[in-house]
Amino acid sequence: MKRLKYLSIIGATALVIGVNACKPKNAGNAVTGNAAAKAYVAPGKYDEFYNFISGGFSGQMSVYGLPSGRLLRVIPVFSVDPEKGWGYSEETKPMLTTSHGFVPWDDLHHTELSQTNGEIDGRWIFGNANNTPRVARIDLATFRTAEIIELPNSGGNHSSPFITENTEYVIAGTRFSVPPDDADGDIPINTYKKNFKGHISFISVGKEDGKMEIAFQLECPGVNFDLSHSGKGKSHGWFFFSCYNTEQANTLLEVNASQRDKDFIMAVNWKKAEEYVKAGKGKKQAVKYAHNVYNDKTHTATSEIKTEILVLNTKEFADICYFIPCPKSPHGCDVDPTGEYIVGSGKLAALIPVFSFDKIQKAIADKAFEGDFEGIPVIKYEAALYGEVKKPGLGPLHTEFDGKGNAFTSMFVSSEVVKWNIKDLKVVDRVPTYYSVGHLCVPGGDSRKPNPKYMIAYNKITKDRYLPTGPELAQSAQLFDISGEKMQLILDFPTIGEPHYAQAVSADLIKGKSIKFFKLEENTHQYVSKGEGTTKVVREGKTVHVYMTAIRSHLAPDNIEGIRMGDEVYFHITNLEQDWDVPHGFAIKGALNAELLIMPGETQTLKWVPDRVGISPMYCTDFCSALHQEMSGYVRVSPSGSNVPLLFSTGKNLPAEADGK
Amino acid sequence: MKKLIYLSVICAIMAACGGGGSEPEKNPYAMEGGTPEAQAAANANPSYDPERGEGKFTKVDVAPTLDEKMAASGQKVYEVKCNSCHKLTGEKLVGPGWKDVTQRYKAEWIMNFVTNPDVMLDKDPKAQAQLELCLVRMPNQNVADEEARALYEFMRKNDGVK
Repeated sequence: MKRLKYLSIIGATALVIGVNACKPKNAGNAVTGNAAAKAYVAPGKYDEFYNFISGGFSGQMSVYGLPSGRLLRVIPVFSVDPEKGWGYSEETKPMLTTSHGFVPWDDLHHTELSQTNGEIDGRWIFGNANNTPRVARIDLATFRTAEIIELPNSGGNHSSPFITENTEYVIAGTRFSVPPDDADGDIPINTYKKNFKGHISFISVGKEDGKMEIAFQLECPGVNFDLSHSGKGKSHGWFFFSCYNTEQANTLLEVNASQRDKDFIMAVNWKKAEEYVKAGKGKKQAVKYAHNVYNDKTHTATSEIKTEILVLNTKEFADICYFIPCPKSPHGCDVDPTGEYIVGSGKLAALIPVFSFDKIQKAIADKAFEGDFEGIPVIKYEAALYGEVKKPGLGPLHTEFDGKGNAFTSMFVSSEVVKWNIKDLKVVDRVPTYYSVGHLCVPGGDSRKPNPKYMIAYNKITKDRYLPTGPELAQSAQLFDISGEKMQLILDFPTIGEPHYAQAVSADLIKGKSIKFFKLEENTHQYVSKGEGTTKVVREGKTVHVYMTAIRSHLAPDNIEGIRMGDEVYFHITNLEQDWDVPHGFAIKGALNAELLIMPGETQTLKWVPDRVGISPMYCTDFCSALHQEMSGYVRVSPSGSNVPLLFSTGKNLPAEADGK
Repeated sequence: MKKLIYLSVICAIMAACGGGGSEPEKNPYAMEGGTPEAQAAANANPSYDPERGEGKFTKVDVAPTLDEKMAASGQKVYEVKCNSCHKLTGEKLVGPGWKDVTQRYKAEWIMNFVTNPDVMLDKDPKAQAQLELCLVRMPNQNVADEEARALYEFMRKNDGVK
């Protein structure tokens, strides 16, 4: 009897599961079979892929391992990060400098790995600051932000930072059109149509060193440039942008920018633009923007304000820009690995239009235009269209590719990913996501050579996927196995900030290049101490420079006297270690400027302005050895005008004084 | 790599045959689990020579007189990478003082130790004896081969070789 009862319970449970399986809104039951084994990476084993995920409103970029979903590192980019001293150490402060001053927190939306011949080359990854428009380059040997360049004439740097197939340029289009920086901007907002312009920046990237410069900007009609992708293969030399608010509304865009049946994809012949620039057709414009570079030898960033830029007004050239009608406020603008198909995803559309590069070329040659928009020719929809994916789902946003003829499109409103065949435009498979998916990522999924083992969905809403943590929840990503015809959900993992676009790449391409420490002999920091023998404390008026070293497990000097109220003290700390994974930290009581974390062979500086007379302890904050707790020292602060001599030492105990000072 | 795989197979077999749940004897000073290199080294060379240590230096030619130039370059390395922890007298700082170090150890042992400290600390009895006194594992300062030789020459100078 008992057994029978038991069996019937099992039967009932199975039935419940079976019924629930038809309701994708119920979290947790979409996982089947061997999902756990597929996402399992044994302790001590490496993941197969790096996944570089935008940190959204955190302003940072995170690095995850796939398929485990383990967080490996948060790379500070556009926001201060006290854990790493980013934006707090004197050396890194210039990296967050803009023409507006020091910006401590921005919003990073998209990540893009550098490519050669349309394939990921593993050298750098770029990220965009959406709010105060900038583009950052992160060096994948150090996993650190190496360079940040600000973009003039821009607001809401959203269709950015997408690259051309040999990383010739990083392209950054403004989401919010604004009056050009050199125009009088003190004008009524409702003069948008007349005065607001959309600028697109072409940032050249040094072939060897990755160094960024704004080569030129294209001045375009005032609309919202939302996303973009480079042509590749046959369409190399072209760039495609989605545009919304072609209504040119300046208020209640939710309604007013959703009026027209079709907005645009803008096709840009950037090779042509490049020719015009070379021929001297660009106009110089006075602007102000910051260009910040971090140097791994001086371990110091510099920030330079630049004042001039070259602009091509696209209206004056008949063959740079073309608009292609695209239904209903397109968001994603994605180009398939062959370079032939351009997918526009209209947020409010019930279909996905696929445009043909060959047809666009023919339409341009035949002048198959339906008119112009602010002086830019508009190609007839049918003349550019390859076909439409009918009823794919609701709210298509972004598309990635597997290189095997399939596309994956995220559906925000119907909360699912739809796999469809590019050639016949038929839906092949669909899976629910939890919940409201935004971006997608397939390793190499926007390059010429995808590595289509996994697809990751980055969701906008988390709700009940994890244990509740108050009103604010972890952000949610979901990993799918896409090696078969059907997509299979295998893992949920939480992310930092809000994950927008992400890139993934085989770990083999990157892990071997990762450096283990900085070489002391190459350290040319202005205040380096190469060995304890060179440590010292130098007073220059009210500024005191402490040349300090850290090694397991002591600071040198660790006794400092003769500091006075009113002094500004700079602790320049060189980590003398020359081995992997031996950072030292540094903290001093009452420091209003965070702490430091110093990598082996590196020098970093903490500014400290003592606010009271007395003894201030300092110590290493990163557990470094069995005697880490001993890695500490004292600074004596005397009143202003005191004649206590400047003394510094390590291991030279003065005879203890029993009484008095 | 092949060797590593082979070793790990052996380890697995050993663990499987261990019986009674008793763990194989552990080196009390080893880093957790020991580095793979350390494990490899410990297993690869059954005829361990404690006078020579473990590393790439098997025979170092040392002239009877001092090479001043080499000693000077060794001093430079000392000042950047060593003197935070080692005094030139016999006094212990973090690590032992260097006075008479060339009398206590052979050139090969010293040069192997400074270029291969993790492995040596995991297996060499003399290195372990020092660790017991100092309680700080000597860091790997990524001393290059020629730097190690120069350091040894500087140690000789410090010990009075002319």
